[in-house]
Amino acid sequence: MSSASSPNNSTASRRVISIKPERGASLTPQERSAVLAACDRLKALPGALLPILHALQDAVGYVPPDAVPLIARELNLSIAEVHGVVSFYHFFRTSKPGRHVLQLCRAEACQSVGGAALEAHAKHSLAVEFHGTTADGAVTLEPVYCLGNCALGPAIMLDDRLHGRINAERFDALIAAARRRDGATTGGPA
Amino acid sequence: MSAVTIFVPRDSAALSVGAEETATAISAEAARRNIEIRLVRNGSRGMLWLEPLVEVQTPAGRIAYGPVAAHRVPDLFDAGFTSGANHALAWGPTAEIPYFKNQERLTFARVGVTDPLDLDAYRAHAGFRGLETAVGLEPAAIVAAVTTSGLRGRGGAAFPAGIKWNTVLRAPGAQKYVVCNADEGDSGTFSDRMIMEGDPFVLIEGMTIAGLATGATQGFIYLRCEYPHAKRALDAAIGAAYARGFLGENILGGGRRFDLDVRLGAGAYICGEETSLLESLEGKRGQVRFKPPLPALEGLFGKPTVINNVITLATVPIILERGAEYYRDFGMGRSRGTLPIQLTGNIKHGGLVERAFGVSLRELLYDYGGGSASGRPIRAVQVGGPLGAYLPESRFDTPLDYEAFTAIKGMLGHGGIVAFDDTVDMAAQARYAMEFCALESCGKCTPCRIGSRRGVEVIDRLVAGNDASKQEALLRDLCETMTVGSLCALGGLTAYPVLSALEHFSEDFHSTLRAAGAQ
Repeated sequence: MSSASSPNNSTASRRVISIKPERGASLTPQERSAVLAACDRLKALPGALLPILHALQDAVGYVPPDAVPLIARELNLSIAEVHGVVSFYHFFRTSKPGRHVLQLCRAEACQSVGGAALEAHAKHSLAVEFHGTTADGAVTLEPVYCLGNCALGPAIMLDDRLHGRINAERFDALIAAARRRDGATTGGPA
Repeated sequence: MSAVTIFVPRDSAALSVGAEETATAISAEAARRNIEIRLVRNGSRGMLWLEPLVEVQTPAGRIAYGPVAAHRVPDLFDAGFTSGANHALAWGPTAEIPYFKNQERLTFARVGVTDPLDLDAYRAHAGFRGLETAVGLEPAAIVAAVTTSGLRGRGGAAFPAGIKWNTVLRAPGAQKYVVCNADEGDSGTFSDRMIMEGDPFVLIEGMTIAGLATGATQGFIYLRCEYPHAKRALDAAIGAAYARGFLGENILGGGRRFDLDVRLGAGAYICGEETSLLESLEGKRGQVRFKPPLPALEGLFGKPTVINNVITLATVPIILERGAEYYRDFGMGRSRGTLPIQLTGNIKHGGLVERAFGVSLRELLYDYGGGSASGRPIRAVQVGGPLGAYLPESRFDTPLDYEAFTAIKGMLGHGGIVAFDDTVDMAAQARYAMEFCALESCGKCTPCRIGSRRGVEVIDRLVAGNDASKQEALLRDLCETMTVGSLCALGGLTAYPVLSALEHFSEDFHSTLRAAGAQ
């Protein structure tokens, strides 16, 4: 239409208030480059959205809400479509996790060997509910429905590592070891 | 003296109880004693209660020791285990352990035997012979072999694989796909994981054969993200297969192409439903599609698609290698061949048992499983995942057969068996089934999305004794609505665990009976 070429469309003479803020404005530089790198590398794949979300979460630990409009632009999707996908899948999280992610199995096979008691112990000893992060930022506790270790339950996965036959004592030892490793790498107190 | 070969599994279940530490300790101890060893990281034999299960190659065969915690390693060296000496942890020749010996390992023939990423070891154990046969056959002849074998979908639906493949073969289309459903979300199952970690080449081979049979040139493995270890194994195996011409533009020099990629799911149970999985692979929310059209005609990106479970595809190579009749001659009734059964939960000897169809639950639970881990009576078993029925002891003589399980209002599903002892609260298990359905519903159809939430509430009121007979009638009515009105198996089968718990363990649902039982 002709409005685009209207003589009144000069921005020099008047102040323009943008109704379309820059996409991804609140991302840190590192997050922004992670989003763009994932999109550049993967967007040619058929069905690229899940691989991109995985790559982003692998890189920065979560899918920052402000990454959604940026991904939508890169993939030529609507923001609603990308938001719909991020919110549909339990695995994608939209807030920054602790230094370690602990997935605790809530499914039937683990229930049959004391999974509920382990869940109670985990919540109590970490002083968090599911999806919560400990006060010192060390551990985020997530529920999971089967880790495929059903003959050696109760099972947990700490970061990428599967552990079986977990009781309260082994649970505490694994958490303590993870905190010690953090202390060793950051040089801070254990 | 030549190096002693020692096997320590790299299966993630074995790693979950310390196999990595055991392997490290064995290497260190051997170095300290100047004993030359060759350490092979094999898959798991499936005797998971013995993990970490260490094996030593001797002239008398492989000798098993387990469970070998890292701190027991010096003691094993002292006893002379590198020459197969006796020890408190010794089990004699692995192949003679009754749990292992009394199996019919077809799909799992190599799992636990070889290093899963050693392509030469795979070939030395009959690997790629099925593919070699398939390359010389017309597509219709490959499909005919799969049909004749009687192989049915091992993901749970038990649909004949040959019929599905034939539909894809006959569907017009320049682009077709093979999709492997590796979204093994059922609690009490891990056979897919064990294949992918313990013998990934057999899955690659099976998918390639499916491609040759149907004219598909691209395959996808849709793998659940809870299996990062399997992802690493598959990626490495696919890389090795490409490097040696078992994948790519010229399969075994036959001039046909097949490419394969792994894609990760993201923690949605519903994506194990085939149409939901296809949506997810397309980069969308994993919402169930209406059928028809069948995925065989309009599947991934609208193209004709073979979609089968890991075990189904991994069983195809042996059918092509040994012949359809060889496979068909195992089993009973219309359930032909073998089923990898997973013994899990509160069971003394948990693990993987591959047997021909027809073995009874009782044999599995007691002869293999050794009863409960807690030593208390087994009160209930759930067969077939979170949507499978809870069965009491009176049903333990049921043979593992798709039709026999349908007849007792149960289902075999993916072959997972979860045992519970007599401390289980079956009303809580029924409630959990509804809760799980509510959590994992894709939201597309009302009976599943809303019915599951109302189901939790009705069970709570029933257990609280709040007009119990009315609540029970309401629960049965709700279950019927979900069964007949849901779009897919999630809402449609949630009634199985709920109603079976109510039918066989009704005492757990009624507060007066519960109170009486507690006294």
